Amino acid sequence: MAEIVLDKVSKQYPDGALAVSDVDLTIADGEFIILVGPSGCGKSTTLNMIAGLEDITSGELRIDGERVNERAPKDRDIAMVFQSYALYPHMTVRENMAFPLRLAKVDDKTVRAKVDEAARILDLTQHLDRRPSNLSGGQRQRVAMGRAIVRDPKAFLMDEPLSNLDAKLRVQMRTSVAKIQKKLGTTTVYVTHDQTEAMTLGDRVVVMRGGLVQQIGSPQFLYEQPVNLFVAGFIGSPSMNFVPARLENSSVSSPLGNFPLTDRIRTLLEDADAPREVIMGLRPEHFEDATLLDDTAMSGGATFESTVDVLESMGSDKFAYFTLEGEMATSAELEELAADAGASDLSADGTQIITRLSASSQAKEGHPARIWFDTDKIHLFDPHNGRNFTYAD
Amino acid sequence: MAAMTTGAKARWTLLDIIVVIYALVPVLWIVSLSFKTPATLTDGNFIPREWTLQNYADIFSTTTFLRALGNSIGIALISTLIAVVLGTMAAYAIARLEFPGKRALVGVSLLIAMFPQVSLVSPLFEMERSLGLFDTWPGLILPYITFALPLAIYTLSAFFREIPWELEKAAKMDGATPAQAFRRVIAPLAAPGVFTTAILVFIFCWNDFLFAISLTSTEASRTVPAALSFFTGSSQFEDPTGTISAAAVVITIPIIVFVLFFQRRIVAGLTSGAVKG
Ligand SMILES: Nc1ncnc2c1ncn2[C@@H]1O[C@H](COP(=O)(O)OP(=O)(O)OP(=O)(O)O)[C@@H](O)[C@H]1O
Ligand SMILES: [Mg+2]
Repeated sequence: MAEIVLDKVSKQYPDGALAVSDVDLTIADGEFIILVGPSGCGKSTTLNMIAGLEDITSGELRIDGERVNERAPKDRDIAMVFQSYALYPHMTVRENMAFPLRLAKVDDKTVRAKVDEAARILDLTQHLDRRPSNLSGGQRQRVAMGRAIVRDPKAFLMDEPLSNLDAKLRVQMRTSVAKIQKKLGTTTVYVTHDQTEAMTLGDRVVVMRGGLVQQIGSPQFLYEQPVNLFVAGFIGSPSMNFVPARLENSSVSSPLGNFPLTDRIRTLLEDADAPREVIMGLRPEHFEDATLLDDTAMSGGATFESTVDVLESMGSDKFAYFTLEGEMATSAELEELAADAGASDLSADGTQIITRLSASSQAKEGHPARIWFDTDKIHLFDPHNGRNFTYAD
Repeated sequence: MAAMTTGAKARWTLLDIIVVIYALVPVLWIVSLSFKTPATLTDGNFIPREWTLQNYADIFSTTTFLRALGNSIGIALISTLIAVVLGTMAAYAIARLEFPGKRALVGVSLLIAMFPQVSLVSPLFEMERSLGLFDTWPGLILPYITFALPLAIYTLSAFFREIPWELEKAAKMDGATPAQAFRRVIAPLAAPGVFTTAILVFIFCWNDFLFAISLTSTEASRTVPAALSFFTGSSQFEDPTGTISAAAVVITIPIIVFVLFFQRRIVAGLTSGAVKG
């Protein structure tokens, strides 16, 4: 167990690519920290630098207060779980898990005891004498975990450990990863692409983009107070809706209609010295079917009317999709997010809006619906640098 | 496969038999010759009418053949060992490291393999004469290694490239030094490649005639293929075909043993299960 400190850590690859720049991060002892970001943003590079598999170009990495930049991976006492599991195919499950202990010259009896213990935790006992090639994906994943936990390292590093599993298994393994980490209390750095993993697993989440840290905080805080457009769009699934908006005195005009700013937001905007053209963001759950609300509930927001494109009933609630007339919100961040999501939102004739309505909503596909939204929950962003004017920490 | 019809099966069997016969007839012919008496040697019968072991007795009764056999085994084994060890290290570096001149190195080593060996024989002869290597074991081992190495490097680097690099990183994370990672993870996985290469190199050294005949002059280092050409009958007028056939049969045996021994170690698909997808 250990505290890991990244102090202005940067990585430049020999070909000149700056993969990670000036990352400052203090990971507390026993903390579970998540690195997220779009493909190529430097998550694996950061992890590999902590592991010692990549050299650190500049900055300092400290484990328990000691500089470890120059130490080989084996001298850092850190275990890693790879996306591909990287199990040794010529060894049985038992030998795979025992490998780190054997290298550490632990005596046979202890090795046996530790491997058996790890196998019990991971439910692998009956597979100990099989080879990785005969195991299912989930079992292989657990062997990889087992190899990491047997030797009680100072920290676990995991690079998208669940991304090769099918959806159901991923949910199962996600819970076991969380449980095991809680039980062992080992400092863990976990790289993921998956929204749910990012939101549910970690104590804190680090959002990265193009090698730069965008924001660090608890999942809930990032969700409610994204520091910029990128974080706002990246965290949350389905993601935040973005529309172009215009600020006029103390009201907003947008494809969702014109409405007055709430006092809270007006104060924040005055402090931030916002321009007139902004991007407005609003999460799907801050919409509701207006017919379900009484007047007092409606008073805290505004309404708009549009035709439901698609309606997806999830049982617990309904997702209604709308296309709003007018221009789409554009910015570099939004383009990058769309590219990462693989979404070719080329329905160019307007802005797509996703709303989450109560299950009791009577909205129907192809029919107009009147939708209310909470005007105090809007975020307003600078279209040029993505800054969130409504951010208050 | 189970759906294969009887007709298709029969056709395949027939085809297999034809191929096997085509490949084996010359070998069987030599075996047959080796058991014939001098009188029936040229009678053209596939199965000898008079069986004899005299040819085998003859080749083992003089030291010529035994010495040559000893030279062959020694020279081929030593050359194979050195070429495989050097080749393994070179191939590993080529597969895993980016270093300046890597392409040039691979290119040059392939160039050596393509070089017509016969054009090198005279210069080698002169060089070995002046260096005192002529007609010695090293005098053959050195050129064998030179020509076997490109082959070894080429086959081995293909095998190394197949091994997922992450396994090595995993070993490092598990606390292995680079040497330990190589010995305990990479080498066992590369074993099939190493054995395959060893077989190829051994066969190359074992069968070489050109260097063996040009770079040796006495029994001190003459290998079997060269020694065979010096075989004579018991008298000047006797045809040595019988003894040559017997010797040819005998020298095939070590190669078969060598291949069978290593073949069992070539377990295909050893790396499966290491990484997903
Ligand atoms: N060995 C390398 N040499 C040069 N550039 C590299 C190397 N490895 C990674 N990069 C670059 O560094 C950047 C960060 O890569 P990294 O692998 O850390 O991304 P990532 O966030 O893990 O992405 P993903 O989610 O796709 O795994 C990328 O732009 C990549 O092209
Ligand atoms: Mg990665």
